[in-house]
Order: sequence, then C-alpha cells, then structure tokens
Amino acid sequence: MSSASLKPAAIRLQDPGPTPRERAAVQDAVAACRDLPGALLPLLHAVQDALGYVPPASVPAIAQALNLSRADVHGVLSFYHHFRTTPPGRHVLTLCRAESCQAMGATALEAQAKERLRIDYYATSADGAITLEPAYCLGNCALSPALLVDGELVGRVTPQRLSDLIAALETTP
Amino acid sequence: MSTTVYVPTDSAALSVGAEAVAARIADIAAQRGIPVRLVRNGSRALFWLEPLVEIATGNGRIAYGPVDVADVEGLFDAGFLDGGAHALRLGPTEEIPFLRQQERLTYRRIGVIDPLSLDDYAAHDGWQGLRRALATAPEAIVAAVTESGLRGRGGAAFPAGIKWKTCADAQVDRKYIVCNADEGDSGTYADRLTLEGDPYSLIEGMLIAGLAVGATEGYVYIRSEYPRAFRVFCEAIDRATRAGWLGDDVAGSGRRFVLHARLGAGAYICGEETSLLESLEGRRGQVRVKPPLPAIAGLFGRPTVVNNVVTLASVPVILARGAAFYRDFGSGRSRGTIPLQLAGNVRRGGLVEKAFGLTLRELLHDFGGGTASGRAIRAVQVGGPLGAYLPDAALDTPIDYEAIAAVGGMLGHGGIVVFDDTVDMAAQARFALEFCAIESCGKCTPCRIGSTRGVEVMDRIKDGTDVARDEALLRDLCDTMIDGSLCALGGMAPFPVLSALDHYPEDFGIAR
Repeated sequence: MSSASLKPAAIRLQDPGPTPRERAAVQDAVAACRDLPGALLPLLHAVQDALGYVPPASVPAIAQALNLSRADVHGVLSFYHHFRTTPPGRHVLTLCRAESCQAMGATALEAQAKERLRIDYYATSADGAITLEPAYCLGNCALSPALLVDGELVGRVTPQRLSDLIAALETTP
Repeated sequence: MSTTVYVPTDSAALSVGAEAVAARIADIAAQRGIPVRLVRNGSRALFWLEPLVEIATGNGRIAYGPVDVADVEGLFDAGFLDGGAHALRLGPTEEIPFLRQQERLTYRRIGVIDPLSLDDYAAHDGWQGLRRALATAPEAIVAAVTESGLRGRGGAAFPAGIKWKTCADAQVDRKYIVCNADEGDSGTYADRLTLEGDPYSLIEGMLIAGLAVGATEGYVYIRSEYPRAFRVFCEAIDRATRAGWLGDDVAGSGRRFVLHARLGAGAYICGEETSLLESLEGRRGQVRVKPPLPAIAGLFGRPTVVNNVVTLASVPVILARGAAFYRDFGSGRSRGTIPLQLAGNVRRGGLVEKAFGLTLRELLHDFGGGTASGRAIRAVQVGGPLGAYLPDAALDTPIDYEAIAAVGGMLGHGGIVVFDDTVDMAAQARFALEFCAIESCGKCTPCRIGSTRGVEVMDRIKDGTDVARDEALLRDLCDTMIDGSLCALGGMAPFPVLSALDHYPEDFGIAR
C-alpha cells in the first residue's frame, strides 16, 4: 500500500476534463469492453494501452459507462500498480526487485538506475526519456537480474549492460 | 532437403538474444544458399544454456548453446547443421544430464514442440486425456483426479479432487473453471513456461475440469508482468476455438466450453484465489472471507474451481495414463511430480520436473551445480517471498510438502532461490516485510499495519540501539500477523523474517 501513495491519482478540483484524444481513447475502450463480465480491468487496460496512462479526468466517463460510482473506479485504478495516471516518458524501464534478482545484484542495479536518472520509482527523468517502475518478479528468475524495456524482457543484466541500455534509450525517440 | 533448426521463442530465451540468433541463422543460410526450416519452439528450461539452438538430425536433436549472435557464422563453418563439432556443441539434447535425470510428465512437450502448432500438440500425446474424459462419467473423472493424489501446485497443496468434488456436487446451472496464472512468487516461472511453451495442455486440463464438474466457461487470469505469455495464450485460445476444441461443440461431443484470458494489473495479492476472483469481477483485489469456499460460491457467486496452471496442466496425463501411473511417482502424501524451479544465484538455473522425494541438496548440487558466483550457498528461500530461508543444515530435507513443512518451510509453487555467502539476511528480512507492506490488499489490520511497523522495527534493529527489545517486539509482531491475518500474505510474510532471525542472528547484531 505504501507505494500506492507515491502515485498521484487524485482527481483535481476544477478538473478541465479529458482532452479530445483522451476522450476518444476512453470511448473506444468503453465500446470494446462494456459488455464483458467484470469489465473494469479490461477497460482500464485498453485505455492505458492506447494512451500509456489512464487519465483521472476520464474516471467519471468510465464510471458512468459501467454503472459504477466514481469511487469504485478510482479505487480500482489506484489499487493496481500496473495502472499509471500520468503520461509516461518515451520509454518505460521496469526493474525487478524480487528475491531472485536480489541474489544476483538487483539492489545495486536499482541504485545505479535511480542515481543515473536522478529519479525514484514511478517518476520520469527530466528529459522525458525514461519512466522508472519496479516489478516484483518478471518470471525470468533463472536469468536474473531481469528488467523490462517497454515490455520486452531482458535477462542477465550487468551494471555495464544497464548503463548501455539507458544510454541507448535516452537517444532513441 | 532442408535441415530443421529450433530456436526458442520463450520470453527467457528472447531476454538473452534468441531473436537475433534466429535472424542471423536465417540470414547466413540464405547467403550460403542452404535450405533451413526454422522452427520457433518453447524453451527446454535449461536456461543457463539459452539461447539453446537445436538441430534435427537422423540421430535425434543435437543442441548448441549458449549461442551468441557472434557465434552463428562459426557454427555454420563447423557444419552444425550436420551436428558438427564446435565448442558450443552439447550433444543430443535429451542426453544433457540436467534433462536426462528428470521425470517430465507435465513438461514433456516443453521446448520440444512449436507451442502454437495444433499438429505438434496432437502428435505429442495431445488431447488424449480429453478424449478419455469425454468417454468417462463426470464422477469417474473426479475420482481419477482424487486417486492420483494430485494436490494444488500453486502453493496451498490442497487435494484437487476434493475441490472438484465440492464444485461438482453443487446443483447450480452455471459454474466456472478459473485458472490462476498470477505467478507472483519470486523464483518461479513454471506457469509462464506452460502458457508460452505448451498452452494447449492447460486448455486440455481446463476442458477436463469443466467436464468433471459441469462447468461450461473458464477464465485464465494471467499477470500483467507476463505480456508475452498473455499474447501467446490468447492466440492459443483462438486457434483451439477455430479448430473446434473450444466452443459450443467441444471436439464434436456436443458439450460446450468457452475460455477467456484476462490480464492482471500488477498485484501480488491477486494470486490469492478470492482476490483473484474479485479482480476478475472488476474490483480491487481484496481478499474475501471464507467460507463460503469458491467451490460453492466463487466467480460471480457461482461454484468455481480455482486451480493453478501446473495443477490443471497435470490433469491430461492423469486421465490419459491413469491415476495409478501418476500416483506411483512421489513420496509420502506428495504424489506425482513437481516442477521445481532453480533461481537466483545458481550455476545451472532451470526447471526440474521430478517425482517428490529428492533432497534439496541433490537438487541444488546435482542439478543446480552450486552458486553462479562460485561462492558457498548461505541460504535458500523455498516457496517464494512468503517462504522460509533455509540454512545448509536443512538441505538434506526431502522435497515433499510435509517434509519441508517439518523444517519450518513451505514448498509452495516450487521456486528455489539460492543466495551465496554475501547475502545480508537482515536486509532480506526487512524486504519481506516491505514487500508485504507494498502488496497488502489492506483488508485486515495485522497485514496492513503490521508489515509497515515491521519495516520500522527492522530499521531500528539495523541502528542497533536496543536490539534485544526490538527482537522481542519483532517476534511478537510476527506472531500477531501469523495468527491474525486473513490470508497467507500477512499470515506467512513473517516466515522469511523469523527464519532469518533464527538461523542467521549474527546478521541482526544478535549473538548466536
């Protein structure tokens, strides 16, 4: 629960509402998912897949489409670590923090990434290149330490490989 | 006549460059005008050898690995397509000791077949369990699963047949089969391997479960940390549906079973079955109070069988070969085989499917080959982040549910994470509590508050001002969490903490 508080998820007062792009993504997701049993998670996934995040300003529209309260939707959105409520950087770097990776040096990699990017988890580097997120096991435990780059799994990560990888991400659009 | 070359598409193999190796093989073959048929198989789960390239020869498949892109040209020069000698040549794949010494039943197709090929699946004993089940009365299917001794492989080790019978006995028109593929334990990847490497075995197991209990609909809940497994499994559902294995008329039997894959969203607690059901219903993954059991009132309030991937994927072989065949493997009350997963600081990491009964030491040394760092093993964590840390003295314990429990451990989902002698066990204890604080669903107080207070106590122990007092406090807090938590997260997170404290007190600044 403690990390959830790191994620800004509150609905701002006098919210300007979703942008046209956000509105369109939510409409598409609602159309695709509203008839599924237990539709909320698939719907939130569809929005995040389209935009990279779920805009808090879209919570009322989602709630109305599924006949839920805004509190229900906000509660689900803020419960799950996977969902972001702010746009990510150009790339998302997900570091595994779990025991198997710790046994192979993940704690040092974590410190290295934070130091290099000058950010903590759930934040984006100042140049907008990389958002850093933690994961608790990526299922690559025989090839630890592991991370995800934009959803692609990388194993046998060394400090040198991490450094090269970050440098490459910083220069790619 | 083209040569068949196998390069895995499993996530783990891709994570160390298998895609580039496959592309390079295709390129060089094209340049040299050599006809090559490239098959993208699953992984054999001998991960220290990935990317593992195999060549089909008249004498079986010959393995080369670990192959780097830079090695490919040299492999062609060495005539690897004819099984030629090369520094990376490992000989016949099936003769690699790590694989030869296993008893692969549930995982017998992993890495052998193209995971999505229905032809490959059928040619390697696929659908035989289903065919048998279609010709068997539902009660007899449940009886076979009960007699096989199969227990839940997700961690709780509850007898699968009893769960099925409870659900089968419910007189309700709609029931569900739910597969728990929220494999959150560190050190485990058996579910991911099945989803990516042999998805039809899970589909077949769920079909059989549906026939046994009278369910016509199933859900597979796959964690969002496994994006590739989700994509592969969705494709498998599509193909199986188009081929008539799923749908309104399963294999021409007139029986209905439809299957859906759902994606989790990064919550460890959703591996707990009632949280998983809440999540499937579109809510926060908060634990439900039991009773009622899910087998009586589960998904959308209907009777539901919730089983782990490995449990369900083990069912086809039980039906195809008979309950006695499966039960004859194993020891004590742990029957059949278990996929053990070697992870962390281990020289040869990979999946070992064996009958219950070998010792942890045999597993770690004969299969694992000791640590990757070459240093001494100091601790192994068995059964994920809620499992105890076991010292060297406990390694002669046979691997079965009761024997591991007798030394204060938990076999869980079969993950074994190895740590060498550089590990700080106080840091590991702190992490266990931090993890519990991050992943607690918040429903019960001992877990939600206790975990956070535990991290604070650990920080004070590290400062060393009054260690004796803080140790007493920590033990007391752990007791409260064990006795007062609603589910296994809060109820078992103290086990790694207490085991670290008991076996490695010096790391906490406490004299032995």
